[in-house]
Amino acid sequence: MHKEAAIREPLILGNKTYHDITNDVVGPIENKAPLAWYVLISIAGLIALWGLGCIVYLISTGIGVWGLNKTVGWAWDITNFVWWVGIGHAGTLISAVLLLFRQKWRMAINRSAEAMTIFAVMMAALFPGIHMGRIWLAYWVLPLPNTFGSLWVNFNSPLLWDVFAISTYFSVSLVFWYIGLIPDFATIRDRMTTPISKKIYSLLSFGWSGRAKNWTRFEEVSLVLAGLATPLVFSVHSIVSMDFATSVIPGWHTTIFPPYFVSGAVFSGFAMVLTLLLIMRKVMKLENYITRKHVEYMNIVIIVTGSIVGVAYLTELFISWYSGVEYESYAFINRFSGPYLLAYWAMMTCDVISPQLFWFKKIRTNFTATFILSIVVNIGMWFERFVIIVTSLHRDYVPSSWSMFYPTWVDVGIFIGTIGIFFTLFLLFARFFPVLALNELKTILKVSGESYKKEDHH
Amino acid sequence: MAKAVHTTKVIHAMFDDDHRLLEAAKHLVSKGIRIKDVYSPFPIHGLDPVIGIKRTRMAIVAFMFGSMGLFLALLGMWYFMIYDWPMNIGGKPSFSLLENLPAFIPVTFEFTVFCAAHGMAITYMLRNGTLPGMPAVNPDPRTTDDKFVMEITDVENPGLSSADLGEMLKAAGAIEINEKNLTAI
Repeated sequence: MHKEAAIREPLILGNKTYHDITNDVVGPIENKAPLAWYVLISIAGLIALWGLGCIVYLISTGIGVWGLNKTVGWAWDITNFVWWVGIGHAGTLISAVLLLFRQKWRMAINRSAEAMTIFAVMMAALFPGIHMGRIWLAYWVLPLPNTFGSLWVNFNSPLLWDVFAISTYFSVSLVFWYIGLIPDFATIRDRMTTPISKKIYSLLSFGWSGRAKNWTRFEEVSLVLAGLATPLVFSVHSIVSMDFATSVIPGWHTTIFPPYFVSGAVFSGFAMVLTLLLIMRKVMKLENYITRKHVEYMNIVIIVTGSIVGVAYLTELFISWYSGVEYESYAFINRFSGPYLLAYWAMMTCDVISPQLFWFKKIRTNFTATFILSIVVNIGMWFERFVIIVTSLHRDYVPSSWSMFYPTWVDVGIFIGTIGIFFTLFLLFARFFPVLALNELKTILKVSGESYKKEDHH
Repeated sequence: MAKAVHTTKVIHAMFDDDHRLLEAAKHLVSKGIRIKDVYSPFPIHGLDPVIGIKRTRMAIVAFMFGSMGLFLALLGMWYFMIYDWPMNIGGKPSFSLLENLPAFIPVTFEFTVFCAAHGMAITYMLRNGTLPGMPAVNPDPRTTDDKFVMEITDVENPGLSSADLGEMLKAAGAIEINEKNLTAI
């Protein structure tokens, strides 16, 4: 059996047995939902409905109701798209990259982080869709035979690469998540007593029986999917960054964009995982599984990726001066001292300074501080995308066409709405799905469980 | 038909610890008993070679589907962009696949991953027999929670009396032993 050093902190606290793990995770699904859940889902649901209303209004009226103009053709819509895709990246990083690195602490958080990924990518994919204006022609992005003399889509374009990247990313993440869920749905199925819920969970569990051969395949498939998802997650945000980097717009035309965007994505994704899990562990009483140590590990990832992002910001700034290109220099002077300077300095404070606080052990092991900083990081990352997109566009090569972007209520409404939809989906997940990977946690109980570690030691 | 219908016995021995089941399996196999299957709530590492399960070929399946995706992506882009309707886009005309290859790498990569992941996932579901609407066959609902069941049939172990087997299993730490008669053809 795999052994773990005694000085390594246990990942499962308390005196747990296999059965306790099942009880702790399936219990909240079997019992009545607490009042707080109804309150939260009502609020999230109302915001989601408001967002859907705004989307219907946008589609039926046209994207003129957004604050876009001839000069600024991308603004909040694409900012939101990049922000949501970035958030999604943490889930895949946790489930795939940490699996390849054999990081056992991922097992308590991978299920909900992957759920977050899927919901975040759904929100992201919404934006290019509605940005098309005529969403009923969205199938034009696919290389389908057509009546225009079979005019094909342009495979040289990063925007088309994005179509392939996002759809592959979404569908592969979904499959990866569901394959892990099947055995846990089987656990719930075998515990359910009411016929309707038993029927639903049997359907969801696909008849999983836990045979030895099935488990062998399960582990191999998980490993191969992790191997495939790892380069995939890096490619997706690299391709998103190429939407900008392959253009000749000052401020966008930068070779550091792919690694800069990927680390920014992981940075904001981990922050969102922390925001969600710090609430979830408390409300669903999962403190023994998502421990202080888990939070600390995630905060360390935030320091690393946040520092990479900080270095990227400074490199960009330095190169804009060092390159000697006046357009490039102006784009950056305009960023930090132009009309959008507030957004720039908000980004600098939230993304460069705030994660550095996690160097203090007191702060990175404190739940309240982590929760506040996790939200600050995501605000900063939203501003980063806004700064990159809008400040580069609004003052282009011809000063006569310079303009400003101001969001309308529809811009704001749709953005707030996607947050509502995201939280509604996450709350539904937390209510009806196993929020921890039961079958994986049970495999580390004897190695990393607190009571087992103590027994081993004496 | 006058063909004799004989019964087959299936013995399900339940354990409450994965390690104990693994030790029991090793012991039984060393005595020449064949274990048909094991039902467990999570993978038991080291069990497969003991009960004679071969290494799965799922990774090979993924490689084959991935290769197919790679080929299809390149074939498609060659047809769309080079052969069927070559276009001069931004002064970068499409003369040959090789010249355009750098621009085709992202989609080639994505489509390779797409085919490898989904091809393998579908094969996995089919080979496991885990599909929507399939019935569960685990002998006891507790095997998806905290119990581990070893399945032994008398077809695979001719000449073995169930009393002997029961004693051996008890000695090896089984907490429950259930015998089922299945009617075979």
